[in-house]
Amino acid sequence: MTNSEEQDLLLDVQGLRVEFPTLRGTIHALQGVTFQLRRRETLGLAGETGCGKSVTALAILRLISHPGRISRGKILFEGRDLLAASEAEMRDLRGSQISMILQEPKMALNPAIRAGDQVAETLLVHDKSLSRRGAKDRAVAMLATLGIPDAERMARRYPHELSGGMAQRVMIAMMLVTRPKLLIADEPTSALDVTIQAQILELMKVLKREIHTSVLLITHDLGVMAETCDRVAVMYAGSVVEQGSVKTVLKYPQHPYTQGLLKTIPNDVAPDQPLFSIRGQVPSLFTASTGCAFAPRCDRIMAECTAQVPPQYVLQVDHHVACFLHRGKDAIYPQITQIPQIHPERLSP
Amino acid sequence: MSTPASSLDLTEARRRRAEARWRYLRDTYVLWRRNRFMVLGTAIILGLLLVAALAPLLATANPYEQILGDRLLSPSAKHFFGTDGLGRDIYSRVVYGARVTLTIAVLVAAISTPLGLFVGIIAGYLGGAADEIMMRLADIFLAFPRLILAIAFAAALGPGVENAILAIAIAQWPSYARLARAETLNVKNNDYIHAMRVLGAGKLTIMAGHILPLTLSSIIVRMSLDMGTIILTAAGLGFLGLGAQPPMPEWGLMVSDGRQFLVDQWWVSTLPGLAILVVVMGFNLLGDGIRDVLDPRQRQA
Repeated sequence: MTNSEEQDLLLDVQGLRVEFPTLRGTIHALQGVTFQLRRRETLGLAGETGCGKSVTALAILRLISHPGRISRGKILFEGRDLLAASEAEMRDLRGSQISMILQEPKMALNPAIRAGDQVAETLLVHDKSLSRRGAKDRAVAMLATLGIPDAERMARRYPHELSGGMAQRVMIAMMLVTRPKLLIADEPTSALDVTIQAQILELMKVLKREIHTSVLLITHDLGVMAETCDRVAVMYAGSVVEQGSVKTVLKYPQHPYTQGLLKTIPNDVAPDQPLFSIRGQVPSLFTASTGCAFAPRCDRIMAECTAQVPPQYVLQVDHHVACFLHRGKDAIYPQITQIPQIHPERLSP
Repeated sequence: MSTPASSLDLTEARRRRAEARWRYLRDTYVLWRRNRFMVLGTAIILGLLLVAALAPLLATANPYEQILGDRLLSPSAKHFFGTDGLGRDIYSRVVYGARVTLTIAVLVAAISTPLGLFVGIIAGYLGGAADEIMMRLADIFLAFPRLILAIAFAAALGPGVENAILAIAIAQWPSYARLARAETLNVKNNDYIHAMRVLGAGKLTIMAGHILPLTLSSIIVRMSLDMGTIILTAAGLGFLGLGAQPPMPEWGLMVSDGRQFLVDQWWVSTLPGLAILVVVMGFNLLGDGIRDVLDPRQRQA
């Protein structure tokens, strides 16, 4: 890696493992998550429910709650290992350098505190010299930037007086008012209806340009991902199976799981035709897999798939696939001829 | 769809903020008006404050002056509430007693609620050993009836109104601690507390800035409902000779003084007793009402 590329790298997660010891055994929530996020880029973290997307986000912030723990790996943020940082250093980073938008905007706002004060609080937490009044003025300005009409009045409202879309804007204002370098958005739109979804996504795009922040967008909505992300990392059962630019991954998926996932999108399927589904079930996370986690469901399973964990093979400059099929081979790009159609009508505002 | 931030000029912004604040107050007034019992409670408590403040003007006689020739006179135009066994004007003593009662109630609340909040929120948020130690300590206090505990402390500290205040506060804080802890446990796993951790807020900021406001409304309601009990306990201690000492015009003490004349000169005990009744009722009605007003769900956008 050249020096300029290294400087371009904002977040480098390597072999991250997270475990949750429970009474019934240890849950291996993350089993070696590896991905990179460059400056000013939006990386989509995709995968089905329970594959570890949110745990990854919390691990980056070092907010895995007891008894869960990060057992191995590296999280390099601007070249600095977050797993070696002290709790006080992490508190400094959270909210000022790395922020996170939570899933349920209405649950993420304190019902006893006015919207504007919650936005101001972020500033006050990180800048002790700021006056309450100054922080409030900046908070209101931020709300206005987010396209909230009559931001003054809105700032004085309690969360229960806000609509879902407004609450999400307040939440975004809270997380972006400090202009963080990295914004983690954990399914920021899944609690909102489709029109508001499009507005919020558009808003995030605009803000991203203005604030020069990088975004880690966690989603299971491939349509949202196609529309907003520059690059994608696909997760399955606690590990990243494929990552690359959004076009490459969606058009020429190389990992059997990604291929299967994209085939499940019901396009041009006649009403009487059964929908495609990947056979088998998501593996139990109580046992750490010794090989590829997808092996039991894979149609192209080979002997080594169950014996050892496949490393990420680099197929081209920006396309990594963790699958033994690609060992020593170049990608066979036009492999899937049918390009999956991702609902564009859902995204036009 | 977005307004540039620069278009919002600051003086205009502050004016609107002040306007919105005014609207909030007006809503509060409407809620208050709608609740007839709360209006009554407020009137009683305002009356108490007024009487306490204007005691020297309202009193018709020196509350300490004994005119032995005028012993046990029945209520009349000269002595509105009659006179007691030492010939003191009961009306003037009840008026001055409002000061004593108010002082006791306010001081007990001022000592016990912050203590209870402090202990409760720390125990609830930190959990673990801190929680165990603090709450078992509170349990020890809660194991005794509150009046008995206050009597025990008052007896140990010695009679006197200051010690009575301390004794009642000591008996009172564990229930606030418990309430604050319960509220803390209720809110601490919410997404918005989590969001504060995501923002890099420390434990202290979260406890003081985000959990405290959420526990406050139930503590205020509980405190205003407890005001009555506090006054009753203080009167009880006075009655038993452990609280205010003669010749202080304390209502409980006055009820106690009148006991021996209860059959023939009913007014000596009854009228200070009625004062206690009215004030306790006033606090209870007010407390009930405050609970409704502090509930943000009652407000309409």
